[in-house]
Amino acid sequence: MKRILCLFAIGALAGAAPAFAQETLTIGFTASQTGKLNNDSTAQLRGFELWRDDVNAAGGIKAGGKSYKIKFVSYDDESQGTRVQQLYTRLITQDKAQFLFSPYSSGLVATAAIISEQYGKVMLCIGGAEEKTYKLGNKYLFQLYTGAGQYLAGALDLLKQKNPKAKIAFVYEDDPFSKAVAQATRELAKQDGFTVALEESYSSGTTDFGPIINKVVSSGADALLGGGHYADGSTLARQLHDQKAGLKWVTLLVAPDSPNFATLGDAAVGVSVPSQWEPQVTYKPDFGPTPAEFTKHFTERFKIAPGYHAAGGYAGGLVLQHAIEKAGSIDPQKVAEELNKMNVTTLFGQTKFATDPKEHGLQIAHKMVVAQWQRKDGKLVKEVVWPNEAKTADALY
Amino acid sequence: MIGILASVIDGVLVGAVYGLAAMGLTLIWGVMNVINLSHGAIIVLGMFVVYFLTSATGASAYLGVPLVLALGFAAGVVIYWISVNRVIGQPILMSLLATFSLNMVIIGLGTAAWTTSPYNVPVSLPGISVRGYTFTGTHIMAALIAVVIAAALYLFLRYTRPGKAIRAVASNRDAAELNGIPTRQVLSMAFGLGVALACVSGALIATLFPFTVLSGGSYQLKSFVVTVLGGLGNPAGALMGGIALGVVEGLATPFTPVSWTPIIEFGLFVITLIAFPRGIFAFSRA
Repeated sequence: MKRILCLFAIGALAGAAPAFAQETLTIGFTASQTGKLNNDSTAQLRGFELWRDDVNAAGGIKAGGKSYKIKFVSYDDESQGTRVQQLYTRLITQDKAQFLFSPYSSGLVATAAIISEQYGKVMLCIGGAEEKTYKLGNKYLFQLYTGAGQYLAGALDLLKQKNPKAKIAFVYEDDPFSKAVAQATRELAKQDGFTVALEESYSSGTTDFGPIINKVVSSGADALLGGGHYADGSTLARQLHDQKAGLKWVTLLVAPDSPNFATLGDAAVGVSVPSQWEPQVTYKPDFGPTPAEFTKHFTERFKIAPGYHAAGGYAGGLVLQHAIEKAGSIDPQKVAEELNKMNVTTLFGQTKFATDPKEHGLQIAHKMVVAQWQRKDGKLVKEVVWPNEAKTADALY
Repeated sequence: MIGILASVIDGVLVGAVYGLAAMGLTLIWGVMNVINLSHGAIIVLGMFVVYFLTSATGASAYLGVPLVLALGFAAGVVIYWISVNRVIGQPILMSLLATFSLNMVIIGLGTAAWTTSPYNVPVSLPGISVRGYTFTGTHIMAALIAVVIAAALYLFLRYTRPGKAIRAVASNRDAAELNGIPTRQVLSMAFGLGVALACVSGALIATLFPFTVLSGGSYQLKSFVVTVLGGLGNPAGALMGGIALGVVEGLATPFTPVSWTPIIEFGLFVITLIAFPRGIFAFSRA
């Protein structure tokens, strides 16, 4: 008797399941809830969550006469590539994720991309600026961020204006993204006639920058470009300040973009960051909230102002949503075709993906700004200082 | 030239603190033949104690040092009776497993309580600037405290009754027991001391560098290198080993990329193990 009841129960569930499944769209991803990428990845995750809640509150994504509520399945990747590999396989095979968001950081995106391509899943890559991943003939990757090669181009332009003969020290984290940025920028700097006074990479877990800073001082550099992610970048900035390294210009990747960077106090002043996005930008989106609306909404919800990781997360969701709605279907092939055709402006700026098979999915329209921490009426604020047409304050040099 | 000198001085200052951390590890090994694999996690506990102390009371991190020592000692004694006492005298694998599992427990609880975000203990002391190179006050202070504590430990082991008891148990436990020394209590005291040293070195490192719950691993590795340089089981050698490591790092960094430092460090580790298996500073055995 019990057995028969069980069979009935299973039958009822099996009958009911497809009706629910049709109305739910599962998006899978991993976030670095622990480990060194925690700070940046959490901001990205908040962007995803805000987007999901906004979409679901508005009744879900509408495509082909149906509306799909968004469901996230996500795991902690511990900031480690090996976890990403296991977990993306799990997301696809066990959790049946229909679309994927990327993990945070170029290294992890490269790992996740192998899995997503293997299974033919569309993956929106938010925190993966390094170009190499998109030049391997992948078909279902779509990059939101400006590529690593362009990251410090703005900072160099600005430096050229301030001191065309500056001696530059490149000090960067030994990870795929930072290395790609530093190498591309070093070539640009040489073309621009700057002297490269020092080039040093450091391992990801570095906390003692004393030896490197001594070398920077010895090299007589005027400017330092480099950094990596939040943990190392904020430490480097603090120790540069403590050891009075005598630099006139410091641009670090990623770290100074985080609102938490202000906790460095005086050590933050003058430090600049190439940024994918700042709350002050004035893009006029084709759909979705404006940058100002997003900033207000995000700040109300999380009690902290959004940086570019958060805005990128939200925009990743918007772009996927737009493609699904345009395609009128959740068929990955059709959605990928829509993404290939896309040329839109969201709160994050312009988005257009390369369709050349050699670099398919590479972002080719999005532009970056340079922001700098400055003291204004005794408070630390991040001002846009480059490009000239978008700046909110003059650069401190 | 001044650049190299600056680099060496910096190396010595930081090396003294690493030496202090290694003293904790080597003391425990020397007395009870236990390799404490929870050493790194315990260093991190010291970091968090000083972090919460300064953020709650606003007091100077250095005032917290005696408290960290006392708490570390108490925690060490408790840990000894819970997880180490029953594996003393057992095969080495048992104590490795016991302390490694303790390591996992501390890291797991720490991650749950404090996440793995980086923490900072804000300390600012005026530094000394010479021709563009700055030696920060925090580095100088941390090195001074490390040397004072190391000297105090040396005097304690050399001249006090409990210190002598620890040395007696270390050199021959059976003979010590026959002479009426309560060896279990002495072992627990030695373990407490080792843990207190690890905690206090963590507290000092926290004033220099940011840290996370997971920071312990790298300091534990450094402690092993220093311990091997100084001779396993030799607390006085450990401090010298730390300083020697600092000098080597300081000499190497101006000429090689900084990312090579670990290669040099561990190369030295292997060479020392082959050429001086009892440690370079074995002659100074306390």
